[in-house]
Amino acid sequence: MSRIPLDPATAPAFPKAAKVSLHDLQLRRNVKHATNVIQTKRQRVVGERPDWQQLREAGRQIREHALAYMDEYLEQFERNCEAAGGHVHWARDAEEARQIVVRLATEAGSREVVKIKSMTTEEIHLNNALEAAGINAIETDLAELIIQLGQDQPSHIVVPALHKSRHEIREIFLREMGLKHLGEEPADLAEAARTYLRKKFLTVQTAISGANFLIAETGSVCIVESEGNGRMCLTLPQTLITIAGIDKVLPRFQDLEVMLQLLPRSATGERMNPYNSIWTGLHENDGPRNFHVVLMDNARTDVLADPEGRQTLYCIRCGACQNACPVYRQTGGHAYGSVYAGPIGAILTPQLQKMEHAQSLPYASSLCGACYEVCPVKINIPEVLIHLRNKVVKQQTRGMGRLNPEAVAMKVLGMIFRSESRFRAAQKFGRAAEKPLVNREGWIGWLPGMLGGWTQARDLHAMPQQTFREWFDAREKKDRGHA
Amino acid sequence: MNFRRTALRVALFITCYNDTLFPETGKAAVRVLERLGHTVEFPSGQTCCGQMHWNTGYQAEALPLVRRFVEQFRDAEAVVVPSSSCVAMMRDHYPLMAGELHDEALKRDLNVLLPKVWEFSEFLTKKLGLEDVGASYPHKVTYHASCHGLRNLGLGDGPIQLLKSVRGIELIPIEGLEQCCGFGGTFAVKNADVSAAMLADKTKAVIDTGAEICTACDNSCLMHIEGGLHRQRTGVRTLHLAEILAGEER
Amino acid sequence: MRGKRKIAAMPERTEARAQILERIRAAKPQAPPSDAAAAWEKIRREYKVAPDLPPAEILHLLEDRLRDYDAQVFHCVPAEIAGAIARALQQRDKQNIVIAAGTPNEWLPPDFHFVEDSNLDAHALDQLDGVLTGATLAIADTGTIVLQNVPGQGRRASTLMPDYHLCVLFASQVLQSVPQAMRMLEQTATLPTTFFSGPSATADIEMTRIKGVHGPRFLDVILVQDIVQVRWMASDDSPPMKSISVSIGSLFPNECCSG
Repeated sequence: MSRIPLDPATAPAFPKAAKVSLHDLQLRRNVKHATNVIQTKRQRVVGERPDWQQLREAGRQIREHALAYMDEYLEQFERNCEAAGGHVHWARDAEEARQIVVRLATEAGSREVVKIKSMTTEEIHLNNALEAAGINAIETDLAELIIQLGQDQPSHIVVPALHKSRHEIREIFLREMGLKHLGEEPADLAEAARTYLRKKFLTVQTAISGANFLIAETGSVCIVESEGNGRMCLTLPQTLITIAGIDKVLPRFQDLEVMLQLLPRSATGERMNPYNSIWTGLHENDGPRNFHVVLMDNARTDVLADPEGRQTLYCIRCGACQNACPVYRQTGGHAYGSVYAGPIGAILTPQLQKMEHAQSLPYASSLCGACYEVCPVKINIPEVLIHLRNKVVKQQTRGMGRLNPEAVAMKVLGMIFRSESRFRAAQKFGRAAEKPLVNREGWIGWLPGMLGGWTQARDLHAMPQQTFREWFDAREKKDRGHA
Repeated sequence: MNFRRTALRVALFITCYNDTLFPETGKAAVRVLERLGHTVEFPSGQTCCGQMHWNTGYQAEALPLVRRFVEQFRDAEAVVVPSSSCVAMMRDHYPLMAGELHDEALKRDLNVLLPKVWEFSEFLTKKLGLEDVGASYPHKVTYHASCHGLRNLGLGDGPIQLLKSVRGIELIPIEGLEQCCGFGGTFAVKNADVSAAMLADKTKAVIDTGAEICTACDNSCLMHIEGGLHRQRTGVRTLHLAEILAGEER
Repeated sequence: MRGKRKIAAMPERTEARAQILERIRAAKPQAPPSDAAAAWEKIRREYKVAPDLPPAEILHLLEDRLRDYDAQVFHCVPAEIAGAIARALQQRDKQNIVIAAGTPNEWLPPDFHFVEDSNLDAHALDQLDGVLTGATLAIADTGTIVLQNVPGQGRRASTLMPDYHLCVLFASQVLQSVPQAMRMLEQTATLPTTFFSGPSATADIEMTRIKGVHGPRFLDVILVQDIVQVRWMASDDSPPMKSISVSIGSLFPNECCSG
């Protein structure tokens, strides 16, 4: 059941991948419907809170503070978690994290593990590593199960299978669960998953989870979920392995009072999601007997080192930016070539990966700002996108790269704008140069080269015979003549 | 009608693309401002605010344009710009750029100059406190809220109030007002397919209003929407808000 | 240093640890001006904490929220808890109910089979019809009930495996806001803690909300009125109406040992 994970290193550039998604009308309908539903719900429950902006500001400040003292808080988390019987491991990169988890799962003697939806394990392609070690990983979140059984890819942070319709899901379940009969209603499909997974929950002795928050003050871990599959994984197996990016740390328990208001309302449009679990190390007769936390860097410290990009790490993975993004709403998540899709993916992926693998992502945005507006921790995503575009340009214009047509055009335009006379000359030149392209009604329907993208779907009206400044000059002259 | 109050010396920053492609917008802005009793000046050394370079990642090319803007407009009593995205560029990014240039003098200049810079509709509603500017335009019109006006400048329903006060106008609200039209500067060519898909949604919403005219505070969005409407031979036209407010009874 | 390394022994682990912490110190914003605790105190918290509704409305709000989640809400006074439990179980047609150690005996009506959870394994729990618990507190703003591993609430598995959850909640345990609740929970923050807001649910299929996936699919709440509101007309020079709340729990402690 191995599937090829989304990998920015091998994924096609965004415009190319987007083109494929745009042709999938079913996918676009599903994505639009799902994002509309969540956005409407979000708007309603956010509107209920007169202190929403104050919560956002507090959320931003808490995350900013946690990053400023991240080293101290991680050490504090480690101390408190271990004092309560947990084991803390540190992983510098994806490879190290995979090795630790595979070793722990092997030591636990499991041939099977149950998994809670975790972006972090997707980020490091953990399932393939487990499989290579002979361990079968079973995704237990309904959407992740659909993705896994359908050998598909997640396309949204919170609702990973939103691109699938009920009919498609039914087909997958019939085939992969070996069922003879299955209704078509979502409730029937959920029931099938409940039955299929309950057997696993009752027998599998190792679980792997991500984490929403790590609390330094208490050494606790907090997981926010809806279906109860999380609770099953956290409570029933003997061994629990939690893997979390180092950015997940919060200073104090009290900080949850902000995050637990921001996250559910932003993520699923609920006042509170059905289940939150908070636990600290081991507890006699309640939960696992072995508990491990893997703290993973995997380039997060590189993001931290960039003053402009740093705010990316405030992210609490709510997915609100995806639902609000007009680009994501057209293409869905797969076009982003990474488990992190949408606006947050467009800034996170290029920073977590080598930029060469993700040069097109910072441009996958019209900079409309809808993402910033809904972000519960006020990440100024458009600002970070522009910052990353500058990095891309620096990379692309190195050496011979400075001769690429776009770079040359930008250079020339820059030169023109630095001088009034050059600007006036360019305006005149433009009028003359476009002449062959203008039709009888005064429109341009085809443009060459890079600009061809424009005329793909739009016409352009011809340049007027007089610029504004020429008109203004003439008027001034006339006025002076009258005076 | 009497709009007499303190007459201002307004310096018009027309923006590079309005200057070249949409001179009628500039003329209309002049007409409205003069009708209200203000004087309009046009510092002729002005070119471009640097937005295209900055937003596309060519920051080195954008930086000199900040200085140029400051030089051209430092003495202005008020600067009016008929483009919300250019004003957003100035307000949100110029201070950042001055920081990158490590130029303290420029930062000080911006602190003085930026509070005097107004987007055209904002100048009318917030600076002058007007809703009715004495315009007449007997047509069916729908208003498109450009993203930078809506989110960066917080224009709110200012432009809508201005339009509502126009004689004879029939203003029809558009579905999905807060949805981006898909222009996004170089986004429209770099991600032409996605931009076109977003445009298709927007032109559908425009057509569904049954309006003859789609207006906005940004000719950049309108050029894109107009391009789509014309390609589909819809007969619906686009017009900058200033051109509607310049309309007079005949 | 990002390469293929075997990580088995402690030294390697401490090496990774040291290196990550070192990277963080090199990367984070320049030397923070004050220590962490002082800086944390400065975080602006201008959101709502204190309740702004009178107690009766807070209870109504909670009820609305619970019903919004399709939970049923029963009312009773402290002396009638057993009767209310019997009504709920009868209506749901549930017989075999798991309870945590420390559940007050006087809660338990006759004619039902209550099994005390003495580390029952998941299979055994799975066979039972439902679970009966008290609660630590509830949050009206969000319709949330919080359970912790204490007498009367028990282990997390016991409220997870059975398909039906009947929860006894005292009016005096109902708070309005999330911040109020978190500040109350701070004292016992390290106990295994579960927040639940309605029965488990998913919207993963075409955004259609489906109640009940893995956790209990059915939730009933018995809201015990242990607060009496005393209202009286005041004399002319006082505000016209005043109300005070008295917890009956403090008057009849035996009736209300919810844990």
